[in-house]
Amino acid sequence: MTIDLRMAAAIIGAAETEELGVIPDKSALQLHADAAIRAIADAGIAKSEIDGVFTAGSPAQIAEYLQIEPTFVDGTAVGGCSFMLHVAHAAMALATGRCNVALITHGQSGRSRVGEGGRFGGAATLMGQFESPYGTWGPPSVFTIPFVQHMHRYGTTEAQLAAVAVAQRQWAERNPRAMMRDPITIDDVLKSRLICWPFHILECCLVTDGGGALIMTRSDRAKHAPKRPVYVMGMGESVEMSMISQMHDFASSGAFVRSSRDAFAMAGISHGEVDHVMIYDAFAHLPIFGMEDMGFLKRGEAGPWFADMRSAPGGDLPVNTNGGGLSYTHTGMYGMFAIQESVRQLRGEAAAQVDDVRVSVAHGVGGMFFAAGTLILTNDESA
Amino acid sequence: MPAHRPLPSGAVPRRPLPEPTPETQAYWDACQQHRLTLQRCLDCEGKPAYSYPRPFCPACLSRNVESFDASGRATLHTYIIAHRGAPGFEDKTPYVIAIVELEEGPRMMTNVVEVDPAPEHLPVGLQLEVTWEDHEQAERDGTTRRVSLPMFRPAAS
Repeated sequence: MTIDLRMAAAIIGAAETEELGVIPDKSALQLHADAAIRAIADAGIAKSEIDGVFTAGSPAQIAEYLQIEPTFVDGTAVGGCSFMLHVAHAAMALATGRCNVALITHGQSGRSRVGEGGRFGGAATLMGQFESPYGTWGPPSVFTIPFVQHMHRYGTTEAQLAAVAVAQRQWAERNPRAMMRDPITIDDVLKSRLICWPFHILECCLVTDGGGALIMTRSDRAKHAPKRPVYVMGMGESVEMSMISQMHDFASSGAFVRSSRDAFAMAGISHGEVDHVMIYDAFAHLPIFGMEDMGFLKRGEAGPWFADMRSAPGGDLPVNTNGGGLSYTHTGMYGMFAIQESVRQLRGEAAAQVDDVRVSVAHGVGGMFFAAGTLILTNDESA
Repeated sequence: MPAHRPLPSGAVPRRPLPEPTPETQAYWDACQQHRLTLQRCLDCEGKPAYSYPRPFCPACLSRNVESFDASGRATLHTYIIAHRGAPGFEDKTPYVIAIVELEEGPRMMTNVVEVDPAPEHLPVGLQLEVTWEDHEQAERDGTTRRVSLPMFRPAAS
């Protein structure tokens, strides 16, 4: 027996923490709570209605802190796309009656490191044995490694990589909540501090504090919500590896391909029906990989496509309209913020609102190309 | 995740060195003898090589596998040039963190050394050969730990 999950559940509450950026006076756990309290208000529900708790790590901690007594929990933690998976898993739990109202939370003190645990494993882990001895020091020195293979295979250039950052800054200029709002040029990007060639500081994500939360329920119940429901039309998820050296094809993410393929298959739409795209951009090459791996563009087309400013304001397919991890915010697990922007665009309440958004794709990466989650969302209840 | 042990005050951050597990001990022991080893499956067609070491074939899950010495020849597959250093690498910048493709097929992370770390000297496909970097590290229990890391340099043509 299978259950049709297409359009079965909807996001009825969505909020970020009131502040974003540098928040030294709040712990990571408090950022979860701040976002949850705001999302509960946004959904117009009582806390007592929540019976499903989803977070990347410890749902028990969230349940304790907010005094919720859930009967369904999911602590799936596969990195920054965990929240895409939580939305998908919540849709399953809601559709099968395992819970009625789901709360999904994220909070991270990525910058101020208040109440944050450790991050990387020890010397006996796979990464500790086979990668750390070579002087890797976190995502900027590891996540970036595949891109030279993409340049080699498709002729993608340093200027095209820089164009991704420029296009997203144009969206951030229109968003008062974005951390980085000054206009930049490709030349500015290429002259900014070199971190790990070919990546400059302006091609690396911000490091910030913040949080976000979502409330979901079954689509039949969503009609009564105060805000316009955002329906889950398609979902997909996958993992590929736990070390960059084990990536199968350095010019393409297998997790991206599988996750997005399944999401589009469930939604039953063509790429041409998508009005708005969010692609988790920890670094500037991720939108390039994302647009190709999800099938919006053919292999090798994404570099020139971004360089032509096709994703920027006035272009033909808006991508990362909040400014993205490069210019808006990046707490460490940014996927929650990509979903929040998709919801805002579908509700018509985004800072840089795109006209007539009916279908939005929110695509997340976890770890360093280790995992992926794709959501296809719509505000059209008859979709 | 294991908690990080705090360094004694004033200590220089140590370069991270691998700590073998039972499954990888033989690989690191061979490295100490400057032998780069791979494993291959004796049940899969063509006996394909794989890396990193596992006591079973990751493709078919057969335990009928053996270790063998790699040729040490490889090509440069993809890389970055780090302009900021990890702890223990502060004085090495810029340095190359690369994925190399071994002649036998598997890929691994390594550093490309004995080369000017600039893109014009590091074309994808560059022929490389293994070289070794020997490390000694004093452990807290008073013993000395010896580890040799496989590195790659442009091949002598």
